[in-house]
Amino acid sequence: MIKAKNSLGLVFFPAFDWAISPTHPEREERLLYTRDQLFEEGISDIEGIHFYNPIIAHERDIQRVHFCVPDVASRLTDSHLIAAGGAIKAMDAVMKGDVDKAFAMVRPPGHHAQRVVYGDRGFCVINVEAVMLERLRQDYGDLKVAIIDTDCHHGDGTQDIYWNDKNTLFISFHQDGRTLYPGSGFLGEFGGPAAYGYNINIPLPTGTGDEGILYVLENVVLPILEDYKPDIIINSAGQDNHYTDPLTNMNFTAGGYARLNSKLNPDIAVLEGGYSIEGALPYVNLGIILAMAGLDYSGVREPDYDEEALKQTEGTTEYIKELSHLVYSRWQNRERLWAEDIKGKDIVELERQVYYDTDGILENQTQTFISCRKCSGVNTIDSSSDGGYHIYAITIPRDACAECIHKGHKIYKEASPGDYTNIYLQDRVNDTCFSK
Amino acid sequence: MIVGLDMGGTHIDGVIIENGTIINTVKKPRADGDIFGSIWGALEGLLLDQDTTKIERINLSTTVSTNAIVEDKTTPVGMVIQTGPGLSGDFLACGSENVFISGCIDHRGKVVERLDSKEIDRAKELFIREGLSACAVVTKFSTRNFEHEVQIKRLLGDGFDHITMGHTLSGMLNFPRRVFSAYLNAAIHNTFNRFSHSIKKAMIEREINAPLFILKADGGTTVLAEAENRPIETILSGPAASFMGLNALLKTQEDALLLDIGGTTTDIFFLADGVPLFEPMGIEINSYKTLTRAIYSVSMGLGGDSSVRVENREIMIGPRREGLPYALGGPCPTPTDAMIALGLVEFGDRKKATAAMKSLGQILGLSVEETARDILDIMADMIKSKVDELLDKINDKPVYTVHELLHGRKLRPRLINLIGGPSKYLSPVIEKAFGLPCHYPKDYAIANAIGAAMAKMTQDITLVADTERRLLTVGEFGVRERIGRGFTLKDARKRAIGLLEDRAVAQGANKGEIETEIIEENSFNMVDGFYTVGKNIRVKAQIKPGLAGDLKL
Repeated sequence: MIKAKNSLGLVFFPAFDWAISPTHPEREERLLYTRDQLFEEGISDIEGIHFYNPIIAHERDIQRVHFCVPDVASRLTDSHLIAAGGAIKAMDAVMKGDVDKAFAMVRPPGHHAQRVVYGDRGFCVINVEAVMLERLRQDYGDLKVAIIDTDCHHGDGTQDIYWNDKNTLFISFHQDGRTLYPGSGFLGEFGGPAAYGYNINIPLPTGTGDEGILYVLENVVLPILEDYKPDIIINSAGQDNHYTDPLTNMNFTAGGYARLNSKLNPDIAVLEGGYSIEGALPYVNLGIILAMAGLDYSGVREPDYDEEALKQTEGTTEYIKELSHLVYSRWQNRERLWAEDIKGKDIVELERQVYYDTDGILENQTQTFISCRKCSGVNTIDSSSDGGYHIYAITIPRDACAECIHKGHKIYKEASPGDYTNIYLQDRVNDTCFSK
Repeated sequence: MIVGLDMGGTHIDGVIIENGTIINTVKKPRADGDIFGSIWGALEGLLLDQDTTKIERINLSTTVSTNAIVEDKTTPVGMVIQTGPGLSGDFLACGSENVFISGCIDHRGKVVERLDSKEIDRAKELFIREGLSACAVVTKFSTRNFEHEVQIKRLLGDGFDHITMGHTLSGMLNFPRRVFSAYLNAAIHNTFNRFSHSIKKAMIEREINAPLFILKADGGTTVLAEAENRPIETILSGPAASFMGLNALLKTQEDALLLDIGGTTTDIFFLADGVPLFEPMGIEINSYKTLTRAIYSVSMGLGGDSSVRVENREIMIGPRREGLPYALGGPCPTPTDAMIALGLVEFGDRKKATAAMKSLGQILGLSVEETARDILDIMADMIKSKVDELLDKINDKPVYTVHELLHGRKLRPRLINLIGGPSKYLSPVIEKAFGLPCHYPKDYAIANAIGAAMAKMTQDITLVADTERRLLTVGEFGVRERIGRGFTLKDARKRAIGLLEDRAVAQGANKGEIETEIIEENSFNMVDGFYTVGKNIRVKAQIKPGLAGDLKL
């Protein structure tokens, strides 16, 4: 048999007994053909590849990242806790040194889940990677982490969670928000006042193929990672850039995904979206596994693969070159841009409307970031939903100074329950949560 | 009257059981190099003065297939392999000629790329030129659709002695294992069939009309005609015979741990509700991973004759065996010496055993008795920690549903059954280490033959039904038939059980002894856009493994 160059932990949990609804794309059948392909390839017999069962994440793990309204128990099912637990298990195997790398193939996905959770949006309720990462930081201390979101949809949830966190670099490349859900992910979304420039979006034109995505990887993502020098690289591994995906309009292939992972060299990948369950997922997942394990993936191709038909146009190539140049120069000039856009402001406010497409909920929120010279500063969210909730949520960040810890608790104490249906406090320094 | 024969490494055991009572036994040393002669000699001895017309069946556990593989006395095989997209296939080149062909079938069994018959013609020419008589053909996803394998076999023609098709060996998905299994099956086909021919001939001459069954690695049997097609299933039946023998001697319906403690090794087995636990995928032989179902067994280098020494003021046992126990003239102390020194067993030179304990005890500041007892306790603890490690792995086997993850059944042994030389004396020590009741059979000299005799036919199949494509496939039986769009999981269960029962009865199984069961089932809605277009149904069914009847002891 063959031996993996990098030992690889796999959490493969298809949740064959769980669906959002019987005909929803996020249903029992989603990873069925992936399982068939992985089993038929004999992946479990490859020396150095180890399968793990998920653990079940705790309520605490969710509260560390999210404000679930009204509470965790009412918003989550066991499958959400298992999806997050699967990612935690995978990451833990890497951190313990049991394996070099890990890939958590879990469902449902998580990258559209933002800090406030009223329900399901983009098939996501909790942000699987963020829950994993914050548990990891709790267990293994502060880590500098880069999350590369390779899903075709903008990872707006992950962006929201790490908006003001300089220690978590977030890069998302995706089909341009003007042509696809969730409609965000533009260059101007550049991070909060304490992390300006550390949220990077690369909106790609429809029809982008292997050439374009690999160009972005080599000319934007990898150079930025070289500058940033993360301790850990996470691939938020959506598979819907694939040319057969029913929800998107891109031309990426299984071979392209394999090359991407080989070059990106992530420590952990977590499955996100991807709903071409027969034509793409079996091959894309196989490609990612082989690439991460350092094995030959040249034989991974879709049965109907046609190189010529999947070539992107020259116009697309040119557009992507210019876009890449712009994004990378913004990263290089992030301090100057901060001085122009943020410097001198005591408070930065972010007002948004968030639509929960899966559950049909509309949320209006204002996030307020209070600047601090010593730390990232306290931030608050004032949010109301058309479901009748009006909440106030306060976050004391991990790096908060003594003054800001005090300030956060004071804001929480002074917030009047008469004005809101729910008031929450996340004290990340002491890893505690409060609500009233 | 049932006859059971087991061919071990040194001896052949035989037993005749009538209505659950042992009426005759035989134990004969085996003649080197002459498997058939050894078996026939033992059988003749066993059947002397018996009315052979009363024999209901003869169950035979033989090493003929195992030896052929382990001793590398196999037939060269020409392999035709269709890998389709996926893992690169170089490592699959296990035959003496390997032809990788184009064409591809996907996970749903759809032909995505057709065969190129010219490639098969070229393979055929090559195999003939190289003088090959055995071939194996394996295509990826052939358990979902075996039409390419059947076509290739047809194109290779009748000129070869044997052609193994991958899908006939197992319904499990694992292409590399299917390739290796098919290779081995083709490679030992000649050897096994020569053996089976000799047996059949001898039986006709002796006017024995009883059906002959061959023991398999899963502790069940298969009728000789089936074994001739799939000799791979008969590899490594020895441990299965011993395991089944212990089960027959100490019957239980509970979760149990079975230990076979020998001179050099301790073999560990498990029962779940009294039913043997199997290897998750299949057994490994000569570093070939196969799809051959086998009883789960793990061997650890720890036995009565393992060497005992003191390292860093700690007693260490095994994994090596340096020779006989010290009390029997061997080079170093062993757990057996500890038993002799304690007076638990009465053989060997007790003075020498005592001296061995004393020399170890001096380093540790312990008396002879304390040292001897420590050795046995440590031996039991070592077994316990190995068993715990295995149970952790078994109970953490990958699961795929929320229900199984939250409420999955865990294996928790309630008792221990022991077999092997030192069982009687180790039983109290093991009982203490595990905190579980320990049992051992009084007489286990012919346990393997009893195991062979009491084994019953086993078979498992995987049925896949796709109501969108209106196709039902059971690879193991070569069944591919049309179904209606309304075909349900219930229909699938019924069809799987029906196919199993018919096949078993056709092969001479006693209908009363056959108990079929569904061991896995899934039904998935297949959705295209927002409409359900059909169901993808998978059912695994088996003849429940276990013992044919009870032994009266």
